[in-house]
Amino acid sequence: MPNAAYIAWIPLLPLAGFVLLGLFGRKYFRSYSGLIGTGIVLVSTVLSVWVAWSYFGQCLSEGFCRQTVPLELTWLSFPSGVSIDMSIILDPISVMMIVVVSLVSLMVHIFSLGYMKGEERFGTYYAFLSLFTFSMLGLVLAGNIFGIYIFWELVGCSSYLLIGFYYDRPTAVAAAKKAFIVTRLADLGFLVGILILSFYGETLDIRTLIERLIHPSIQFASITTASFLGISMLSWGLFLVFIGGAGKSALFPLHIWLPDAMEGPTPVSALIHAATMVVAGVYLVARLYPIYAFSGLQVLKVVQYAGALSAILAAIIACTQTDIKRVLAYSTMSQIGYMMFALGSFHPVGEEAALGYTAGMFHLFTHAFFKALLFLCAGVIIHRVHSNEMKDMGGLRKTMPLTHACFLIGCLAIAGIPPLSGFFSKEEILLAAYHSDKLIYYVGLFTSGLTAFYMFRLYFSVFWRKDGGKRPKEDGGHTEAGGQGYGGAAGAVQGGIARPVQAGVAGAVQGGDHHGEAPMVMKAPLLILAAGAVLAGYAPFFRLVTYNGTPLETHGVSLFAVAPVGLALAGILLAGWLYRKESNRPDQVMVAFGVLYRTAYHKFYIDELYLFVTRKIIFNLIGRPAAWIDRHVVDGLMNFLAALTAWISAAIKRFQSGKVQDYALYFFAGIAGLAILFILRH
Amino acid sequence: MTPIPLTHILFVSTALFFIGTYGLFTRRNMITMLMSVELILNSVNINFVAFNKYLYPEKLDGVFFSLFIIAIAAAEAAVAIAIIINLYRNLRSIDVEEASDLKF
Repeated sequence: MPNAAYIAWIPLLPLAGFVLLGLFGRKYFRSYSGLIGTGIVLVSTVLSVWVAWSYFGQCLSEGFCRQTVPLELTWLSFPSGVSIDMSIILDPISVMMIVVVSLVSLMVHIFSLGYMKGEERFGTYYAFLSLFTFSMLGLVLAGNIFGIYIFWELVGCSSYLLIGFYYDRPTAVAAAKKAFIVTRLADLGFLVGILILSFYGETLDIRTLIERLIHPSIQFASITTASFLGISMLSWGLFLVFIGGAGKSALFPLHIWLPDAMEGPTPVSALIHAATMVVAGVYLVARLYPIYAFSGLQVLKVVQYAGALSAILAAIIACTQTDIKRVLAYSTMSQIGYMMFALGSFHPVGEEAALGYTAGMFHLFTHAFFKALLFLCAGVIIHRVHSNEMKDMGGLRKTMPLTHACFLIGCLAIAGIPPLSGFFSKEEILLAAYHSDKLIYYVGLFTSGLTAFYMFRLYFSVFWRKDGGKRPKEDGGHTEAGGQGYGGAAGAVQGGIARPVQAGVAGAVQGGDHHGEAPMVMKAPLLILAAGAVLAGYAPFFRLVTYNGTPLETHGVSLFAVAPVGLALAGILLAGWLYRKESNRPDQVMVAFGVLYRTAYHKFYIDELYLFVTRKIIFNLIGRPAAWIDRHVVDGLMNFLAALTAWISAAIKRFQSGKVQDYALYFFAGIAGLAILFILRH
Repeated sequence: MTPIPLTHILFVSTALFFIGTYGLFTRRNMITMLMSVELILNSVNINFVAFNKYLYPEKLDGVFFSLFIIAIAAAEAAVAIAIIINLYRNLRSIDVEEASDLKF
């Protein structure tokens, strides 16, 4: 069995990296800080893979995965026997997660060596990445629910720092604040949920908590009998914990921060806002899954519907967006919705009971690879084109063959086309949903078609659309040593698509800087992740990752897969028909959908709704009165005390005249007064 | 010859004390104020000696105390005159009203 000492090093090494780079990175080893950060994460990754290897090896040999706590340090203990421990929990999902987190983090570290090169705050960037890696690894390993909460806030904090990395851009600052505030609001739910569960469960240790809340015990009796608004405290606790998870995982309606979070550097989006942090909510629900499944089925239903709703809404929005990173962000949101409704698809009877759990975790695993791959490809494209807008791209398949291939793999994987990883996990999710709730199943099926459509809309718009053969003059840039990266975009102007002029100028100036496709440090992570996106589906998940440790029966590809794959192919063909060549078909479709298109384009006006609620209702009805009370009552009291003191001292300061005879007189009067007092007393 | 009663002596010392106090509060010349302080001290001396003689004739505590006070008065006069000289150097005057910087 893996022993404790080196498991603790997995999160602690990035922490050391953060401290080292954060304190000295900018001053002493500016150019090496990237290599230092990457080296540290490499060690963590090797350790994680080693832990996973030995852990799953033991699982396979025993035929059963046990949950172990290799390290437990009591940190804060309270008189009532409750204590906050720093403990490490090892079970299939945490072991799977440390591999995903450290591996994707390593890829992003390597990729950033090229992508962030020449950045002024290079060392700071790596320090923040290390902080994030530490927090995320801590989050997945923590065996105490309060420990999870601490790391939960830490990932939020590092996400805030990285979204706002370009702090001279007002939009980035606003996005960072938005992400922080929205997730923080949701975390309030998480905190209250923790307090409810631990108050009734009388423990903060996850294993003990699960033990007490799924079997009839004193704690179980007390938490189910206590109720608020007719709903038992157990359901409230689980629901509030889920709210925290929904905020972090950008589920509808707490998703509004995720698209804006794309203001951060693209590798950061790949790491934090696609592969790891945003799935923390899914992980949290999975962590407490036995409680949800055995005692909180109604809440699990809420999880399921929230997941399905956000899956389909995000997919619809993704079809209308034009910013490449935003499309990917909505796609992330949609895929997280998939994971959530997979978790929610618990069917109390039958052999597919907890298929949803495994399917959700499986999708989390595969999604991490192909979504990180897609984001890093987007990073390469943005690095090359100097724009996020799809209309500035097009025809890139000739100049960027490797990126093209990787992006295609990612798109096929996310669309769920058979031999790639996304197919396996998505099929299991749909199977779980089918056994649990038909409505959810159809929503999932439709969403998978939409997913294929919007991903290939992105793919065709970026890599095809403008063909080099038709306009040799403008597109000459592509062939001339591949140096004029912006040539294709210049063609876009000719093609009658509106585009800011200055972007074209900037592109023309910078176009000459990039020879070839991308440096090797940026290509290597793409290749590794592409390999992951192809092969991750073959991981023996059903034997290893199940909620109770016993393997599920594996079943091969069945006829069931025909519907989602067929829909995905239809989506791809439709996208190809619309976007492969430049035409007015997309505009016609846009007009045909009319109101629906406009609503989706404006993200269903949810941002506007939030602004209305905050600006008009909360600011006016709560904020302003509170500010008035603060200014007039609280401050008024303090000002009054200060004014009173000033007035009294002004009145009595004349006594201090500076004349020695006056002082002598007061002294004498004092003595005389005391003497008189004495005489009168006796 | 009947001895002088204690009250007579106390009258003298009280008169001396209040004369000194009056001088301390009314004189503006610092030297005169110093002299008034000496009067106050001497009135206390008279009290000590008188009480010693009339109440505890077998002891010498009061006499010793007055000797101490005389010594301290001498030291006090030296310090006070030093202060006065310094003030005079600064203010070109020994009027106590002039030395009024010691305030808020």
